[in-house]
Amino acid sequence: MKFVTAILRPHKLDDVREALSEVGVSGITVTEVKGFGRQKGHTELYRGAEYQIDFLPKIKLEIAIPASKLDEVIEVIINVANSGKVGDGKIFVTNLDKVVRIRTGETDQDAL
Amino acid sequence: MKKLLILLALLPMTVFAEGLNGANTSWILTSTVLVLFMTLPGLALFYGGLVRTKNILSVLMQCFAIAGIVSILWLVAGYSIAFAEGNAYFGDLSKFMLSGILEGTVHSSGIPESLFALFQMTFAIITPALIIGGFAERMKFSAVLLFSAIWLIVVYAPITHWVWGGGWLQNMGLLDFAGGTVVHITAGVAALVAAIVIGPRNGFPSKPMPPHNMTMTITGAAMLWVGWFGFNGGSALAANGDAAMAMLVTHISAAAGAMTWMFYEWVKFGKPTALGAVTGMVAGLGTITPASGFVGPAGGLVIGIVAGIVCFNAVILIKQKWKIDDSLDVFPVHGVGGVIGTLMAAVFASNELGIFSGQGLAEGMTIMSQLNIQAIGVVATFTYTAVATYIILKVVNMITGLRVSEEEEQQGLDIVSHEEKGYDL
Repeated sequence: MKFVTAILRPHKLDDVREALSEVGVSGITVTEVKGFGRQKGHTELYRGAEYQIDFLPKIKLEIAIPASKLDEVIEVIINVANSGKVGDGKIFVTNLDKVVRIRTGETDQDAL
Repeated sequence: MKKLLILLALLPMTVFAEGLNGANTSWILTSTVLVLFMTLPGLALFYGGLVRTKNILSVLMQCFAIAGIVSILWLVAGYSIAFAEGNAYFGDLSKFMLSGILEGTVHSSGIPESLFALFQMTFAIITPALIIGGFAERMKFSAVLLFSAIWLIVVYAPITHWVWGGGWLQNMGLLDFAGGTVVHITAGVAALVAAIVIGPRNGFPSKPMPPHNMTMTITGAAMLWVGWFGFNGGSALAANGDAAMAMLVTHISAAAGAMTWMFYEWVKFGKPTALGAVTGMVAGLGTITPASGFVGPAGGLVIGIVAGIVCFNAVILIKQKWKIDDSLDVFPVHGVGGVIGTLMAAVFASNELGIFSGQGLAEGMTIMSQLNIQAIGVVATFTYTAVATYIILKVVNMITGLRVSEEEEQQGLDIVSHEEKGYDL
């Protein structure tokens, strides 16, 4: 099993969610996050004072999937979330040791 | 018989006090509501949105507490010092606890004196409330209260006496229709002095401290615009052409100030900001205030445009060049606006400027001679306020201390001073 964490542009979220549903991903967790990478921040202007805002709003997506789905999921995210500009985000993949569905106690593949 | 009927019809009038004018009274009743609305919630929201999330409640609370404490002090002694007879500098205490003001007591303007005292009370409330923008986000709540209370009695009430209560500036012929000197110069200068004495917020100017809620700020600013109709229009103390003209020029100046600031910023920094537009509006309103009962519509337009340009540059100068943390820009907007408005009143009050004419200067006055008086008024209120505010702050510092600790400032005044949070989202 794999655990996929993706950092995305906020306005790409709906498209990504839809595309993931189409390839059979049955659940995702979404968090509004802030951070910086190569895109850096942006400036804001208040009464003539320009502030450098270092942390930009992004969306963090967390998905637990069977290892067999990994390539497909990555491909879907790359296709949909890519705008070609700096700041499109990143995908992190880690191994997932165990999954439990709280309601039934089912584990691993059954719980995904 | 017919005569008797007319007499009977007039009879109910006699229950009113002699000299009372119902039309004037009803307009000043309305204006009083509008001016209180400027502070609560107008100014509170305008300022509240400009600070950081952790300090929102402290700003709202300071506005509320000042409204409370000033109202009580105005009753006790403030009104008497400002408006009772006395000498050229202070009223005496003959109106201590508003004594002698009964239901039927009529002010010389034909409104009940109780109403005049209340109307003026709303001005006394907003002036120290304006000052909190200078020391926002770092002053102890106890110090804010003590400072505001002493300042009202030592600075606001006497200067009001000088300008409106039969004092020396009024006798000299100073034109200040609704408080360019009394409200805006005093508040602006006090905020500047307080910002210098207390020192900048931790991290200023290198750390960004952007406004936390622009929607709140713009909502409050919009309330200020509406409330200002009562502030300036009500200062005619009558429901007449003076009041109407004051409202018209006030509105024009607000619009011109907003648009000037917006376009200026657009050209200079590339974007027209909402905060810029509303700040220009407040600058236009503050600047027209002393002139509002004396100038015409075209004069009001010029005053608004000048306000937008001058106050914009004043903000940049004070905050970015001089690095004085007058946190919510009280001095550059209100203080500078009050100064230039008081001076421009002399010019645009003249009835010899063609389309830019106002209602005319007093008999025997020229623009230059009036300008001279206005300058004396500006320098006197500026200097007295600066010196007195400095001394008051030093005294308050000895009693309560002025600032919260660095750690408390980091944590935010809402929790530290009030054990509450503005938001629980």
